[in-house]
Amino acid sequence: MSVAAIDDVTPSRRFTLPSGRSYEKVNELVTSPLIKRKTWSWRIWWLAFAASAALTVIFLVCIVMIFTRGIGIWGLNTSVVWGFDIADYVWWIGIGNAGTLISSMLLLMRQRWRASINRFAEAMTLFAAAIAGLFPIIHLGRSLYFYWLTPYPNTMTVWPQWRSALIWDFWAILSYLLFSILFWYVGLIPDFATVRDRARSPRQRMIYGALALGWRGSARHWRVYQLYHVAMACLGVPLVVSLHSVVGLDFAASLMPGWSEAIFPPYFVVGAMYSGFAMVVCLTALVRWGFRLQPLITDEHFDVMAKIMLAASIIMGLSYLTEWFNAWYGGERAERSLVWFEFTGAYAPLFFAMLFCNVLAPQAFWFCAVRRSILSVFVLAVAINVGMWLERILIIWNTLSHGYTPSMWRLYLPTVWDWLTTFGSLGFFIFLFLIFVRLIPTVSMHEVRDLVAEEIES
Amino acid sequence: MSKMLLAEFAHARGLREAAEAASRRGFKLLDAFTPFPVEDVADMLNPRPSRVRVCMFAGGVLIAAMALGGEYYTAVFDFPYNAGGRPLNSWPAFMLVPFATGILGATIAGFIRFLFETGLPRLHFPLFAVEGMERASEDRFFLAIEAPEAEAERGEAVDSLRGAGALQVREADS
Repeated sequence: MSVAAIDDVTPSRRFTLPSGRSYEKVNELVTSPLIKRKTWSWRIWWLAFAASAALTVIFLVCIVMIFTRGIGIWGLNTSVVWGFDIADYVWWIGIGNAGTLISSMLLLMRQRWRASINRFAEAMTLFAAAIAGLFPIIHLGRSLYFYWLTPYPNTMTVWPQWRSALIWDFWAILSYLLFSILFWYVGLIPDFATVRDRARSPRQRMIYGALALGWRGSARHWRVYQLYHVAMACLGVPLVVSLHSVVGLDFAASLMPGWSEAIFPPYFVVGAMYSGFAMVVCLTALVRWGFRLQPLITDEHFDVMAKIMLAASIIMGLSYLTEWFNAWYGGERAERSLVWFEFTGAYAPLFFAMLFCNVLAPQAFWFCAVRRSILSVFVLAVAINVGMWLERILIIWNTLSHGYTPSMWRLYLPTVWDWLTTFGSLGFFIFLFLIFVRLIPTVSMHEVRDLVAEEIES
Repeated sequence: MSKMLLAEFAHARGLREAAEAASRRGFKLLDAFTPFPVEDVADMLNPRPSRVRVCMFAGGVLIAAMALGGEYYTAVFDFPYNAGGRPLNSWPAFMLVPFATGILGATIAGFIRFLFETGLPRLHFPLFAVEGMERASEDRFFLAIEAPEAEAERGEAVDSLRGAGALQVREADS
């Protein structure tokens, strides 16, 4: 499609199918799985729920094992003191950042197509950030003392060390999690009202009614609502950027080769947006298929999201190049030796796999046919998620395995508990997400109604 | 108790036109109930300027100041600790916590103000009892105007709303 042709098409026409272009149709599509439970087939949902519940149990077993046996059950050693735990943490917090970043940034940029995807992107954020918050706690070793991070008057008469990146992390995650809950909930209030008004069973009316706070769609209320929502979005963007910068500083505030303060914060923020968008694409494809939302989520959504991922992949490539260039240009032996180790050391196959997944494979998005095939966008998004996980584990492994002191050089060999914790956390995420789609409207109905309005009204 | 006329429209356009016509003819607009924000109508209601953003700013600054003050007090007075010769008041390193908590504080202050200005949560509202009103959250647009006392004027108002395309005009207590 030529540029001029796209410009002529309104967002409503471009991002919805004709069968979704009426207010009632939007309501029907989104609320019927919640209200008409009897007529809606939940078989696949139950299968997925059972599988994710099993993984959740495994995750809980891992946590119990870590609490009782200690973090020695992972492949940690005296050189590589961080492993899958911190890689999982950074991966989850990256995904957890993206939902709010996407939702609020697209809102501020007036990208109206966000209406169909922002709800579950925000839900993804909540669950991913909550899971991410668990990892620093279980990795502490003595997890029972994690509350020492909080400032409280205590008999030891000590206070937290405010110059520590760990303390920044605690406050950033806590603030972000609470912010995300509010941002998500405020977006949901008018939709809870819709479900309340459409529900037939008294119990549903009561529960959704309470959640809707008595919202009645008054024009005066809408005005305050919009002011508040946009102001929140404006605050959300810098909060997300600061949060993931702090995650970058968890590494860069130390003195290790490769962990550079100059590049890590922005590089981590872009990485977060990148992996988060990839996760949103995966969830979008699944939700669209599972809830038959084809009229509201179209090929065009995947097309624009693929373009954003393409841009992010180029920035990631540029970040990697900058790191290598600076290691060479800086001239320090340890830095140069580290880059050489990345390309030729024991982890090199993983490193090339990462470069392929994060930089090379997404270049396929230059082709319109690839962007418009949901299957290919989905497959590439999964590859990006894998690549971004590899990136995080390699940031840890390469630097810690190849630090300043050659006598300390040692590799990391993951144990079965490493893998179980990682996949268990993924299962727990899916478990939470499945509960969400079962109970809460998956698409922001009031915003989609606003989107299709231009078509209906003209 | 004063009465109101509640006109139901299928489109936002109809609501907008009816609101314009009604205010031109001197009827008092009370409110509109819509499934998504219809901005021009909100402007016609002459709402009081919202203080949400002012409150958010105040809440944010307050929490951020408390966080920074807390850091300063604990690091300089209550638990002075020499970390590699860094100054006790390492204010650049102290900035992140006030920033993050300040944004959270602004959000919470804004939410409280949002509830205050809208009068929510209010789980029951007299208009919920009006038949068909539930569609205000689904696909119908309602305009509420004050019902004139005189019978003739009231008939005229109803006609004007119907003329603007109202599907139904109901009377309700306001």
